Amino acid sequence: MSVLEAKRVVKTYADGTAALAGVSLAVPAGETLALVGESGSGKTTLLRLFNRMVDPTEGVVRVEGRPVSELDPIVLRRKTGYVPQDGGLIPHWRVERNVDLVPRLLGWDEDRRRARVREMLELVGLSPKVHAPRYPAELSGGQRQRVALARALAADPPVVLLDEPFGALDALTRLELHRQFLELRKTLGKTLVLVTHDLAEAFRLADRIAVMRAGRILQIGVPGELKEAPADPYVRALLDA
Amino acid sequence: MRKALLLLLLATPALAADRVVVGSKNFEESRLLGEIFAQLLESRTDLEVERRLGLAGTQVCFEALKTGAIDVYPEYTGTGLVSILGEPAEGGPARTLNRVRSEFLSRWDLWWISPLGFENSFEVAVPKELAEREGLRTISDLARISKRLRGGFGHEFVGREDGLLGLQRVYGLDFASVQPLQHALKYQAAKAREVDAIDVYTTDARLITHKLVVLEDDRGFFPPYEAAALVRGKAPPEVAAALSLLAGAIDEQTMRAWNLRLQEGKEDEAVVARDALRSLGLVQGEREETAARSAPTLTHYLWDERSALLRRTLEHLSLSALALLAGIVVAVPLGLWLERHRRGAEPTIRLLGMTQTIPSLALLAFFIPFLGVGTLPAIVALWIYSLFPIVRNTYTGVRDADPRAVEAATALGMTPAQILREVRLPLAAPVLMAGIRTAAVLTVGTATLAAFIGAGGLGEPIVTGLQLANAAMILSGAIPAAILALLVDGLLGWVERALRPAGLGSR
Repeated sequence: MSVLEAKRVVKTYADGTAALAGVSLAVPAGETLALVGESGSGKTTLLRLFNRMVDPTEGVVRVEGRPVSELDPIVLRRKTGYVPQDGGLIPHWRVERNVDLVPRLLGWDEDRRRARVREMLELVGLSPKVHAPRYPAELSGGQRQRVALARALAADPPVVLLDEPFGALDALTRLELHRQFLELRKTLGKTLVLVTHDLAEAFRLADRIAVMRAGRILQIGVPGELKEAPADPYVRALLDA
Repeated sequence: MRKALLLLLLATPALAADRVVVGSKNFEESRLLGEIFAQLLESRTDLEVERRLGLAGTQVCFEALKTGAIDVYPEYTGTGLVSILGEPAEGGPARTLNRVRSEFLSRWDLWWISPLGFENSFEVAVPKELAEREGLRTISDLARISKRLRGGFGHEFVGREDGLLGLQRVYGLDFASVQPLQHALKYQAAKAREVDAIDVYTTDARLITHKLVVLEDDRGFFPPYEAAALVRGKAPPEVAAALSLLAGAIDEQTMRAWNLRLQEGKEDEAVVARDALRSLGLVQGEREETAARSAPTLTHYLWDERSALLRRTLEHLSLSALALLAGIVVAVPLGLWLERHRRGAEPTIRLLGMTQTIPSLALLAFFIPFLGVGTLPAIVALWIYSLFPIVRNTYTGVRDADPRAVEAATALGMTPAQILREVRLPLAAPVLMAGIRTAAVLTVGTATLAAFIGAGGLGEPIVTGLQLANAAMILSGAIPAAILALLVDGLLGWVERALRPAGLGSR
C-alpha cells in the first residue's frame, strides 16, 4: 500500500500562481523518492501537501490511506519528519532543545526524551557531550543540517520530508552528508521524500525519481529507466547536462 | 488623581461640599492671587483646600473651571469679555463687569465676585531712554515712528484680538519686525535694546526695575482688566462669602509691590500671600519680615529645594511609569493582535503614528473638558504617546521573527500559540523592548509638560522658572528630567540586553 498518495492535485495560490497543474503520485512504504526540477516547478509545493503545510485546490492527498483533509494538521505534522534547506533550527534554543522539539510536543517523559536526544545526535554523527549544549549559531552549516535531521527523526516518524536538505552546503560537506543519509536510509527503513534540483544527488540518494516542470510530473521512474528511456525532451536535456 | 476622577464622574454633592480646588494661570500675579485665595479659604472656612496653581493660560483655567476640575481662579474682566465671550472691548469697567457677570452666570453658572480693587491691563511700554529721545507719551506717538521699531510681544498677546491684532487696526501700528517672546524674557530683551516696544501688565513690578515707560492708551483701546475671583456657582457657598472679603482690598501699587517681591526678590508665593493677607487684616498673626533672598546659585538652589526636588522626581516618575505601564498593557496585545490580522495593521499603526505629530500641549489641553486638570489627563496624554512605538515594535518584531525557524516549528507540529509563546515572542523580545525603551524616554521627556495642566512633576519648576526668567529654577527641573531620561534609557537598555535570547549573539 502507498504510504503517500496524491491524486490529480491542482494547487493555485491566492495570487493566481499555478504551482501544481494536476499531479498524481504514489510513494510505497520504505521508498526514497526524489522530486527533481527547477525552482518554480512545483516540487516543494508537492512535498508540502503531505504535512498539510499546503492544502490542494483540487484533488485528493492521502497519507497511510486516509485523506489528509480529515486529519488534524497539528497531529499529522508531529508524526511527519521535516528537514528544510537551511535547517530551520530555532536560534535561541540549544541543540538538545531543538532535537527534543517533537518528543516534547508529544508529551514523552523526560528520561525517555533525554535518552532519545542523545541517541539521535549519535545517529547523525554528533557528540551529545560537545554539541548538545551549543546554540545553532555556534555550529557549522553541515552540523546544523545534521541537527535538523536528528530533530526530524526524533519522534520516530514513518515519513520524513526533506526540502533541499543539502542545497546550501559546500561540496565536501555535502558528500559527507550524502554518505550519512544513505546509511540512515538503509538502517531506518523510513519513507523519504527528498526535494532537490540536483539530478546527480537524486540518482545517488533515491530509489525513484520524479522529474517536474511547470507544475507537472514529466517522468517518474528508477534511475535506470530515466537514463535509458527519457520520456520527454526536457528530461533528456537534463540528463545530458 | 482619584479625587479628580471621582469629582468628575460622580460629582456627588457630599464629596464636593467639603473641599475646594483653587486654580491659577501660570504667571506670578495669578499664582499669588490663587495662593491668597487658598490661604484665605483655609483660615476662614472648614473646607479642605487643594491648589492647582500655574495652569497653562486662560483656555486651560476656564475649561477646568467649567468642568468642575477647579472651583475658583483669579481672572480679569477684560479677558472674560474679549477672550472668552469674544465680544469687542467697549465701555468702562462697570459695563464690562456687568456684561461678563450676566453672561457667565446664564451660560455656565460661573460667578464674578466683587473685583479686588486693581486693574491689570495690557499696556504698551518702551524703554525710558527711547521715550525721552523720541518724545513718546501715547500709543499714537508710537504709531508715528513704528516703522523704524522692533516689537517684542508675548505669544498670547500677538494672537489676541484685544492684543496686537486690534492694536494694529486701531492705531495703525506697523512695526519693522515683531518677535513673539516669552513673557519674562521681554523685559530682558527691552533692557538689552533687542526690541523697542513690548506689552506689559499694569501691575508688573518690572516696569520700575527695567526702566520702562508705559504709553497712554489715548484711544481707549484696551478694555478694563479688573482682577476678580471667578467662582463656580456649584462651589460651596462659603467660598464666595470668604473671597468677597477681598473686594476692593488691593490697589495697583500694593499689587505691584507684591509682584516685585516675587519677581525680583524670588520670594516664595506662600510667604508673600501670608504677608499680604496679614497686611490686609484678613488673617490673624504678627507680620513676619522675610528678607528678600538674592538669586542663589544653582547648586545652592538645588540643595535648598532638595525635598521638593525629590517629591517632583517621584511625581514625575509615577506619572511616566503609570502612563508607560498602561501603554504596555494595551500596546503589546494590540501589536500581537495586529500581527494575526495584518490587513488592519498598517492603517492602525499609521493612525497611531499620527498621534506623535499632535503637539504635546494641544493633546494635554484636549482632555481638560473630559478629564479636568491634574494627573489624570496628563497620564492619558502620555499614555497615547507611548502607544505608537510599542505597538509598532511589537508588530514588526513578532512579524519578522526568524521566518525560517517559525516555518520549521510549524511544519513540526507546534501550534500557533506555542510558536508565539516559545519562538516568536522570545525572538522579538529585543525589538519589543527597544519600542518600550523609546516610549519610556519619550514619556519621561514629555511629562515635563504635564505641569502646564497642574500634574506636577519636574516640569513644575521649568514652567514657573520660565515665567520668572529664573534660570536656576528652570535648570532645577530640566537637569533632573534629563538625568532621569538617561537613567531610564540606560536601565531599559540593560533590560533589553538581558532579555535578548542567548544564541543570537550580542549586538
